[in-house]
Amino acid sequence: MRYISNTPAQQKEMLRVVGATSIEDLLSPIPPKARLSRPLNVPAARAEADLVRHMGQLAARNANTDDFVCFLGGGAYDHYVPSPINHLISRGEFFTAYTPYQPEASQGTLRTIYEYQTMMAELTGMDVANASLYDGASSLGEAALMAHAATDGRQQLVMSHGVNPFYRQVVDTYVEGPRLRIKEIPLGDGATDLGALKKAVSEKTAAVIVQYPNFFGCVEDVQAAADIAHAAKALCVVAVDPVSLGLLSPPGALGADIVVAEGQGFGIPLSYGGPNLGIFATKTDLIRRMPGRLVGATVDRDDKRGFVLTLQTREQHIRREKATSNICTNVALCALMATVYLALLGREGLRKVGELASASPPPSSKSSSSSSRNHPSGS
Amino acid sequence: MANYPADLKYTKEHEWARVEGNRARVGITAYAQEQLGDVVFVELPKVGAKVSQMKPFGVVESVKAVSDLFAPLSGEVMEINAELVKKPELVNQDPYGKGWMLVVAVSSPEEAKALLTAPQYEEYLAKGGH
Repeated sequence: MRYISNTPAQQKEMLRVVGATSIEDLLSPIPPKARLSRPLNVPAARAEADLVRHMGQLAARNANTDDFVCFLGGGAYDHYVPSPINHLISRGEFFTAYTPYQPEASQGTLRTIYEYQTMMAELTGMDVANASLYDGASSLGEAALMAHAATDGRQQLVMSHGVNPFYRQVVDTYVEGPRLRIKEIPLGDGATDLGALKKAVSEKTAAVIVQYPNFFGCVEDVQAAADIAHAAKALCVVAVDPVSLGLLSPPGALGADIVVAEGQGFGIPLSYGGPNLGIFATKTDLIRRMPGRLVGATVDRDDKRGFVLTLQTREQHIRREKATSNICTNVALCALMATVYLALLGREGLRKVGELASASPPPSSKSSSSSSRNHPSGS
Repeated sequence: MANYPADLKYTKEHEWARVEGNRARVGITAYAQEQLGDVVFVELPKVGAKVSQMKPFGVVESVKAVSDLFAPLSGEVMEINAELVKKPELVNQDPYGKGWMLVVAVSSPEEAKALLTAPQYEEYLAKGGH
């Protein structure tokens, strides 16, 4: 937001135009009881140097992940954020723009979104990824609704107990409207009990939902879960930690129909809880059911390559009663952070981060642990 | 002026039905495709699905609008025009031919009486019906 000051001369001119003699006169129609009759109880203005020192002292009272290992999070993890990210995303063209999707004005932004989508599709092994949603948990909620719509209104979700408990709560809330029922499948030996899963899935099941690696760090047998889902013509929805995908087989290669993830690990600071990045990818034949929006590459009339918004959930604009999602936007700046992060790391770098994140850190690793996940994940 | 073949029956929602024995082929009219503009996507039910007279069976999307498709007659879907997935523009190019959408096994032939004839449909359009 730009700060626009006005001088006493300008104030006088404005008052003249509206026919008020003073600012007090301008405010006079407001009933006295609705007005504050004393000055605001705020400290006097300080010099900038004082203020910066004061704010620094306040900030220093927060514990932060540069000084301490953090065991909070449950889905948000302390990965090192390479310095080019902040420099690149802080460019005015990226940083100040809001819904910059007019192709004639925003080729740069559209292109970064297109690159993001391409990276996410490749990483998850899916055909297509959308321009991003808000976070991993709401992405999973959207996936549940999409599975419900794509299976002609099937009412049951079969969800592994290995799915992040916060995600499960969000899905619970999401499916309250269409009254979907959630059947939870217990774990056996750390991973989803496939026997129980098979027993629970039927022709009423819209989706089988697993997390990979699951909340406890165990690598689920996604292929087996997908086979069970597909045998009942249900979808297989997989929530992933995308940081692990430099190492693990992409869920798209294991039969997943929808892959969702929290993208915070890709160069997005923890920031005490957000903003985050919801990754959402699916297969071509489900593209019309996908929430959010999609940027595509095309050519202009001079045959030059260009980028446009290709698809979005139009139902929000013109057929609201048919809407299956209420996501109307994306988190372009966070998606840009992830795009820069992956471009910096490359294939080998991501593999390395995956290895660091999955290994148990040696006891003396404090100084070198900045790029490793700070929770034990025994995959 | 668009044409409205005499052997077809029409709905006020601008679908046509060509009754062939106990089956009916279904599409949208020349007027409908003209009003929609370039069709970019057609969503059809699966073979085996049941459709009901004047209930939505699918969606047609053009560069400027998205509209429900209404079934002229009730019955079970026997065939769908899979070519429309790749070439939705067939709906514009040949609405009564290659732009067909469904073949339905008609369950209640008497429902056809509720549909418009070609002259009735043209009259409906002339009165500004849409």
